[in-house]
Amino acid sequence: MIFQEIQNQAKSEWENLQSSTYILIGTATCGRAAGALSTLEAFQGELARRNIEVKIIQVGCMGLCYAEPLVIISKPDSFRVVYGNVTPELVPRLVEGYIVGDDPCLELALGTLEGGEGEAPYIPELPRFEHELRLVFRRCGYIDPVNVNHYIANGGYSSLEKALGRQPEEIIEEVKKSGLRGRGGAGFPTGQKWEFCHKAEGEPKYVVCNADEGDPGAFMDRVVLESDPQQVIEGMIIGGYVIGANQGYIYIRAEYPLAVERVRTALKQAEELGLLGDNILGTGFNFHIGLAMGAGAFVSGEETALMEAVEGKMSTPRPRPPYPAQAGLWGKPTLLNNVKTFANIPLIIERGADWFSSIGTEGSKGTAVFTLAGKLNNKGLTEVPMGTTLREVVYDIAGGIPGDKPFKAVQIGGPSGGCIPAELLDTPIDYDSLREAGSMMGSGGLIVMDEDNCMVDAARFFLDFSTKESCGKCTMCRLGTLQMLHILEDITVGQGKIEDIDLLLRLAEDVKAGSLCGLGKTAPNPVLTTIRYFRDEYEAHILEKKCPAKVCPELTAYYILPEKCERSCEHCVLTCPTEAIKGEKGEIKVIDQEKCVNCGTCMDVCPPEYDAVVKLSPVSLLPSENLSGKGAKK
Amino acid sequence: MSGTKEKEQLIEILSSYSKEKKSLIPLLQDVQTKLGYLPKEAMQKIAGFLEMPEVEVWGVVTFYNQFRFVPLGKHHIRVCMGTACHLAGGKLILEALERELEIKVGETRKDGEFSLERVACVGCCMLAPVMIVGDDIYPKMTPFKAEEALIPYKQESQQ
Repeated sequence: MIFQEIQNQAKSEWENLQSSTYILIGTATCGRAAGALSTLEAFQGELARRNIEVKIIQVGCMGLCYAEPLVIISKPDSFRVVYGNVTPELVPRLVEGYIVGDDPCLELALGTLEGGEGEAPYIPELPRFEHELRLVFRRCGYIDPVNVNHYIANGGYSSLEKALGRQPEEIIEEVKKSGLRGRGGAGFPTGQKWEFCHKAEGEPKYVVCNADEGDPGAFMDRVVLESDPQQVIEGMIIGGYVIGANQGYIYIRAEYPLAVERVRTALKQAEELGLLGDNILGTGFNFHIGLAMGAGAFVSGEETALMEAVEGKMSTPRPRPPYPAQAGLWGKPTLLNNVKTFANIPLIIERGADWFSSIGTEGSKGTAVFTLAGKLNNKGLTEVPMGTTLREVVYDIAGGIPGDKPFKAVQIGGPSGGCIPAELLDTPIDYDSLREAGSMMGSGGLIVMDEDNCMVDAARFFLDFSTKESCGKCTMCRLGTLQMLHILEDITVGQGKIEDIDLLLRLAEDVKAGSLCGLGKTAPNPVLTTIRYFRDEYEAHILEKKCPAKVCPELTAYYILPEKCERSCEHCVLTCPTEAIKGEKGEIKVIDQEKCVNCGTCMDVCPPEYDAVVKLSPVSLLPSENLSGKGAKK
Repeated sequence: MSGTKEKEQLIEILSSYSKEKKSLIPLLQDVQTKLGYLPKEAMQKIAGFLEMPEVEVWGVVTFYNQFRFVPLGKHHIRVCMGTACHLAGGKLILEALERELEIKVGETRKDGEFSLERVACVGCCMLAPVMIVGDDIYPKMTPFKAEEALIPYKQESQQ
């Protein structure tokens, strides 16, 4: 079939859909966690009960995770309405209101997708969307991820058709001119990589998509693959054509079962239309894509370690050079890019390098995609032009910090990144500015911390992660990070020495210098940046035995204020998991510090009108009769 | 690997793979999905099938976090230890479950009812801290809520 026919078919299917009433429900992993499948069932039940035939389409994620489950109702002669937090109880009302009747139930809506509809906001004009620029995510949440026709009807695969009619060298020039840099975090210029690989000698060549998104706190690639997987596949096919490969692999985390399932379906559909497989679109070009599933090793996200894993071995990194572009999978030239890098390719071919390079900053073109998590009002996912400041992301897009608490730090780039303090909130998001601040773009996890988060504990957390995930090949990474972790653990339990801080800095340099791959080279970053910007917190832990955020359990004690304890209430006594709270009914309750495990349940259950439970740090603030147990702990 | 049923399953799985080294990890994953864990005999059979030393299979199996040598409990509980969950108190959830189930993380209860595991990140950061029982995600946990969430599963086991 020629592409024109495929496209016409897809367009007519899409137009038919637009001329009917239909419901979109976000059922990506995040939506499901928020109960989207119950909402889906409720819609199915309600429509069946009323005997109405309306199409329900399961879509991916719009990025407004804080408002999941998310539903869009589209009617042919009216505006589309987006509803947030749609619990099954709301479903009958929506069906009655907007499916059967003409009441769009705007009081339940987040907003409308067409403008000027009275009380409900026009979504593209919300502050969040004014800052955003959705390129990779432009279709996410609006199309059926497992219907290739939706993708094609919205511009999909036209870039492949265009690319196949051009010389590989032309495409390389276009990608180079666009200024696209690798979206996996390190930011290597994509066009250059493609050129190296195109020129590299050796047969066969391979294309690999790195979907081993291992950074805790990052899930953009998952969302792309669950919401609009075809764009990644299209990018890979173009990559294969350019470098002269006939085989590609998508290496994807086994922890993402839904993404795996949707990608598998997407590959099958592309093959059925002749967009993937032998003789693509009748051009004689063959390209196949296989799935390789990760088996739960963080280091597999490193490009050379990933190739070892695909080959069926232990996933340990190889020395570079030679780079994968020269000797990758099975020693053959291999083009390895991140999910979002491939997703950007069709767009660059479609709209041109000049358009793409007009977005962003001097050194970083296009958009940055971040997951927004931690202490934020509107958590989720965002795509902004490079150069947007952290402040805009935290306050305008994510709606600031709950309870208007002061911002303390933002952690970017996971275990490889660093913590950036309030003074640097105006740092623009681009590869170079973030690196200058001691962090890195990384894969794009952005986690905000407020005064209740301890920076030493955060550094310890990341280092603990890197230590566990180190593959063990390089001594400095295997043992150096472990020594650093032990020092941090000493500090968090109040046994640190003031010279430890300098020792950590020295060790950090050695670990960076003595490690082959990115894991070891960047593992010290969280420690380095927290010392650089929050040295006072380290010193408080060491000198005053105090955890300013009252997080580290050995330096913090829960205490019931006698003057506030209501006496007749027994919430804390009954819920304490270790029976650490004494006091008969009518007596003031007292925590036995020896039994207390610092779980915080008493604080959670103490009725807000009494608010009698407090945290104290240092522990020496406890009245002396309470102190014995906590003292004995040390 | 006790039953003949398991052996038959294994033979069937092996027959659908090519004798190449790159089949090793998919094979192990497939066997684990179908049998619930990797019995020693299965690993030996795989080594024989791929004509590689058993120690090489052992190396790969112990390298990756996904593989396990004992079956999971009837209710498998995973606690997310990603950054967002950690900052929201994920460790307290894990500790609460360890206390409540009387097992350590990574273990399966002797009665086979529950197993407990920590995972790096399940990508539901906006619902932190989360725990997952089977396929059900429990969002915004506290130690107390986590203990409460176990009650129906415990009742089910007692029946």
